[in-house]
Amino acid sequence: MIQADGLTHYYGPYPAIQDVNFGVRKGEILGFLGPNGAGKTTTMRIITGFMPPTRGTVTLDGYDVVEQSLQARRRVGYLPETVPLYTDMSVNGYLKYMGTLRGMSPTFIKARLGEVIDVCRLGDYRKTQIGKLSKGFRQRVGIAQAILHEPQVLVLDEPTIGIDPIQVVETRRLIKDLGSDQTVVLSSHILPEVSMLCDRVLIINEGRIVAEDTPKNLAEGLQGVERLEVEVGGPAAEVLPVLKAIRGVNDVKHVNDDGRHTYTIQAQAGQDLRDVISQEVINHGWSLRGLQMVGMSLEEIFLRLTTHEEL
Amino acid sequence: MRTAQAVAWKEIQIYFSSPTAYIVGLIFLALTGIFFTRDLGDPFPEATLEPFFEGTIIMFILLAPALTMRLLAEESKLGTLELLLTSPVRDWEIIIGKYVASLVFFLALVALSFFYAILLFWFANPDPGPIYAGYLGFILYGSAALAVGLLASTMTSNQIVSAVVAMGILLALFFADRASGSVNGLAGEIIGEMGVRGHFDDFSRGVIDTTNIVYFLSVIAFFLFLSIRTLESRRWR
Repeated sequence: MIQADGLTHYYGPYPAIQDVNFGVRKGEILGFLGPNGAGKTTTMRIITGFMPPTRGTVTLDGYDVVEQSLQARRRVGYLPETVPLYTDMSVNGYLKYMGTLRGMSPTFIKARLGEVIDVCRLGDYRKTQIGKLSKGFRQRVGIAQAILHEPQVLVLDEPTIGIDPIQVVETRRLIKDLGSDQTVVLSSHILPEVSMLCDRVLIINEGRIVAEDTPKNLAEGLQGVERLEVEVGGPAAEVLPVLKAIRGVNDVKHVNDDGRHTYTIQAQAGQDLRDVISQEVINHGWSLRGLQMVGMSLEEIFLRLTTHEEL
Repeated sequence: MRTAQAVAWKEIQIYFSSPTAYIVGLIFLALTGIFFTRDLGDPFPEATLEPFFEGTIIMFILLAPALTMRLLAEESKLGTLELLLTSPVRDWEIIIGKYVASLVFFLALVALSFFYAILLFWFANPDPGPIYAGYLGFILYGSAALAVGLLASTMTSNQIVSAVVAMGILLALFFADRASGSVNGLAGEIIGEMGVRGHFDDFSRGVIDTTNIVYFLSVIAFFLFLSIRTLESRRWR
């Protein structure tokens, strides 16, 4: 549905994104994940035809967003990061206007308006002036205008930023419920959100894609290791070599937190070393105070991929 | 085309519900009233709208920017321009829609000033030629000033900057014939021809010269064209 090849965009001499390639299948939800200034918004603006890339191409449903801009734009619903609303219009008036701009016929607008207002739960606010709505409701109006014309591609830039937790949950439910024939591209810097909503995640940093996978694979498979955290009562100088000598242990890190000695063990994938480790500790006459498996969270992978220092 | 209509209709609604437009309308009517009555105190007053036209075109240097400064500057400030430019709407449809809206509001103001003409026809026996011609020139000049204002509004997201730029261009056009004196030869002549005043004065004397009509239509077309191009260029920045 969406195919981006070699996207590069410069603001003056500064590259915002460099050589970004990705594809999105029909019905897929793709998440862009990255810190602020990573190039998420730039990428989305290019997809939606707001600005052309310095180099590279994007096609939507086979239409080039620069060369066949009008056809491509007909297929897109877009919610920019700052929700663009005419504050002096009513919810109804705004949605009707946006529908007309998207080339919908008056009868189609009429039919869709009720549906969209129900989906976004704006029923009680149809006639309210947008300027008087709270941030969360404005976000809903923003989503309503993006899905109004039943676009094949929905581009949402940080759809849950700046709204309260209950509304965040509602917004996520709304995106999840959109249906399987709609292709969605969304950006976020909230990791659980992306792992919950998206079929696939692109992690983008300093304008480049640094990882691309399903949220599950990113969290589990990428590292290929299991981690254990062990707290041992015993002299660190002796414990450390013993732990390191255990078969299947790749690496051990020791932290002394005010007399509490904790060891983080990187084990080879698929090995459960808990029994062996506890056996070893007890055999040496030390006390085993704690032992638990620690999976690598998406947060850690994210940080590992986007920062250069070791965790 | 339907989208251009939608843009125009939305802007017209905003014009007729916004305080700025009504303040502009108020100033317009108050000042034109003064211009109209200025010479009526003479012992032998002339039944003419000439002082009204003369005064009003100067006023338009201030009023046209006030009417048009919002049109696109606000869209880029609110971020709605991003939505507008990612909708399947052609750039010219946006510009034409906005321009037509400002024109409609301007024509409504002009219609209110017919009051003065009606008074003249009621109480005196004016020469109708200069009044009809004057109105034609007046509307042409106003339309051109609105096109200038619209261009200024497409260039910035700051309404004040937009208004000041528009005033600058309108002032330059207004005084171009004076500046022509200090430049010799062909260049001076061209600058002189660019001046608004020379082209307007014929109208208020009752002369409808196609040169002048072509002049104003060209100014409108030129500034609308530049507006469309400026809007287009926003994508590349």
